[in-house]
Amino acid sequence: MKHNRITLFIVLGLALYALNGCKPKGPAGVTTGDAASKVYVAPGQYDEFYNLVSGGFNGQMAVYGLPSGRLFRNIPVFSVDPTSGYGYSEETKAMLNTSHGFVPWDDLHHPAISTTKGEHDGRWVFGNANNTPRIARIDLATFRTEEIIEIPNSGGNHSSPFITENTEYVVAGTRFSVPLGENRDVPISSYKENFKGSISFIKVNPETGRMNIEFQLRTPGFNYDLSRAGKGPSHGWFFFSCYNTEQAYTLLEVNASRNDKDFIMAVNWKKAEEYLAAGKGKKEKVRYAHNVYDHKKHSATSTIMEEVTVLDVMELPDIVYFIPCPKSPHGCDVDPTGEYIVGSGKLAAVMPVFSFGKIQTAIANKDYEGDFAGIPIIKYESALHGEVKKPGLGPLHTEFDANGNAYTSFFVSSEIVKWNVKSLQVLDRVPTYYSIGHLCVPGGPTAKPHGKYVIAYNKITKDRYLPTGPELTQSAQLYSIDGDKMQLLLDFPTIGEPHYAEAIPASLIKDRSVKIFPIEENEHPYAAKGEKMARVERKGNDVHVYMTAIRSHLTPDNIEGIRVGDNVYFHVTNLEQDWDVPHGFAVKGATNAEILIMPGETQTLLWKPLKAGVYPFYCTDFCSALHQEMQGYARVSPAGATTPLKFSTGETASQK
Amino acid sequence: MKKLNKITRLVIVVASLAMISALYVPLWQILMWAPQYPEGLEMKIWIDNISGDVKIISALNHYIGMKHIEVSMFPEFSYMKYIVMALVGIGLLTALVNKRWALAGLVMLITATGIAALVDFYLWGYDYGHNLDPSAPIVVPGMAYQPPLIGTKQLLNFTAYSGPDVGGWIFLFIGIALYAVLALEIFKFGKQK
Repeated sequence: MKHNRITLFIVLGLALYALNGCKPKGPAGVTTGDAASKVYVAPGQYDEFYNLVSGGFNGQMAVYGLPSGRLFRNIPVFSVDPTSGYGYSEETKAMLNTSHGFVPWDDLHHPAISTTKGEHDGRWVFGNANNTPRIARIDLATFRTEEIIEIPNSGGNHSSPFITENTEYVVAGTRFSVPLGENRDVPISSYKENFKGSISFIKVNPETGRMNIEFQLRTPGFNYDLSRAGKGPSHGWFFFSCYNTEQAYTLLEVNASRNDKDFIMAVNWKKAEEYLAAGKGKKEKVRYAHNVYDHKKHSATSTIMEEVTVLDVMELPDIVYFIPCPKSPHGCDVDPTGEYIVGSGKLAAVMPVFSFGKIQTAIANKDYEGDFAGIPIIKYESALHGEVKKPGLGPLHTEFDANGNAYTSFFVSSEIVKWNVKSLQVLDRVPTYYSIGHLCVPGGPTAKPHGKYVIAYNKITKDRYLPTGPELTQSAQLYSIDGDKMQLLLDFPTIGEPHYAEAIPASLIKDRSVKIFPIEENEHPYAAKGEKMARVERKGNDVHVYMTAIRSHLTPDNIEGIRVGDNVYFHVTNLEQDWDVPHGFAVKGATNAEILIMPGETQTLLWKPLKAGVYPFYCTDFCSALHQEMQGYARVSPAGATTPLKFSTGETASQK
Repeated sequence: MKKLNKITRLVIVVASLAMISALYVPLWQILMWAPQYPEGLEMKIWIDNISGDVKIISALNHYIGMKHIEVSMFPEFSYMKYIVMALVGIGLLTALVNKRWALAGLVMLITATGIAALVDFYLWGYDYGHNLDPSAPIVVPGMAYQPPLIGTKQLLNFTAYSGPDVGGWIFLFIGIALYAVLALEIFKFGKQK
């Protein structure tokens, strides 16, 4: 009896244990034992890749290393940055000028690294401002925003900044259609009649990177979401995903989800260039700002431009064709060969892959199923290479490796699915934590993917990190794609909300990194290129302080004769010519920010003292053993006082 | 007096002409490393100039009261190239004179020049390392910062090395070659006759 009872307990115990084992496993068990060694970059060692990650609503772009996930820098692009003084210093204010005035913030979604022959060349990275439509160019030698161009005739710059094979053009497609032309004060309900889309082709100077709006396409009124340029055989074409072909202007979540299929818009931009050369473009009066930073003058200038050339694709045939694509397509990605175009319908059960060759044949045969606003719609089957069946729920974006495989992010089912582009077979799937948006394979959008990893950029982190109140960190996840099975290696938090990101081998960038700005090349009008040139000058109510900074003193460090009501401009030149010796400058009561000044650079902080007194100023960047001694005083006298203008360094009362 | 061997004369001519290289390559180098400068800082001394990270070295050295290194600190730069050119001339003259005493004289002259250069460098180093600004931010009592004449030395957080550069090595080889042919003249060629 006793024996039986013991047996019963054991059996019961085992059964309970087994039952518990049937419960789904939490995410804790998903990394395998060797993951840590695969992402470990020993102290003092370099990462293999740079990862340039959009910051979304922070308007910045962050620079991480892969595979470690370490954050190196956060580049201010469309948002002011009181840390460096970007947008606050007199030199950088102009970078954020627009036709609406100074806009201190934007929503940066997509980085695009410049390419040559379809491959990353590592010269520049472009980024879009989603809200007040703009495109920025960041130089990857300085990791600074060098140029920002505003996009006129645009209502939200989302399908941007995607680039052609040799960075001939950066495109900027409007997300919202809006009334364009002379009269823009129209009822919202006149959407169908008055609202139009607009796609800007911004030409990039191959030497300097300077941008100018070469032409705009006027397109039918609905939403333009994402895009990719053709490459290889499809070079000369651009593909845009379009939704809201219902032309809804309210409650889009219902009203823009009715049609079974929306469109991928194929644009023959070589054809558009022909029309442009033939003078078919119409000049339109607009206003937009073009802001350029000069690394010799260490200053930005903003120019208001007043004209664009518009090509109306509803009047000029053969520029644009529509391809039906199921259910509000989001991602529209071209594979490394340039032959296949993947459309990702956010609400679709299948993922269509279109063939560029078939599209061309269909156009040649006029294999159309109708038209939209006079633009031919190619028959779905005629353009189709095939469909990926049951891929997952909510496909968004697709990147590629060098072996003919695609990696698609699925927001709703929160996973990455690996599939073969030719065979359309699903090969593997891994969960993401949680709700992935964009994803990135190093070189993934180019003709030469570098593979190795896929990185997920997630919208929700929930229980993945220590909680920090209602607002949690955003995050990325790194997966190895070397083997047949994707393997989760690392979670790392990100700054801002990461949308798209690109990764590029460090070797393409690191050796070109600028270390200092040569002081002899400094052409700033207020530079003091030596302590002997440091001085203070008064011009009416403006007081210009030509200040120098070198370890470990500011010259001048005693200033008298400033009066309440003055505009005091501290033009600080960093005389250092050694790598990684920035100086900072801050003055008590300044209502703007501090400035950081790199070696050889001049930056200006405007200060408007409101009360008489003696105000300390100091170097904010720990520069040397005597950094804490790097300070000075500015004496402010009441308005109308006759305190003489004086300045000095190292002069004491006993010496006078 | 005996005439010189053909080989000896050739060596003298080649050695003399080789000295011209001193006008085109750095003669001496000083290298420095610190925790903040793992890649090192270098200073190259030429016949009439100094190059390398001189500004950075000066900026760092001002903390301990050392002078800013500038070309004008070295009056030697104004005449060193004439000394070298004179040596080249005397060398070629030696080959022309073609006498053992002339060779012996040349060897002694070059040796003396080399020693004088090192003594001069030592004296500059002594002054540079000892003659400090008393109002310097960092004063370490009893500490001097004379760079090593040849070899390696620890100076506060810096490891400093001093030694010949390309031009210095060429001079060293010239000296060795001339000593060698002089020895051959005395002990070998001399006895053959």
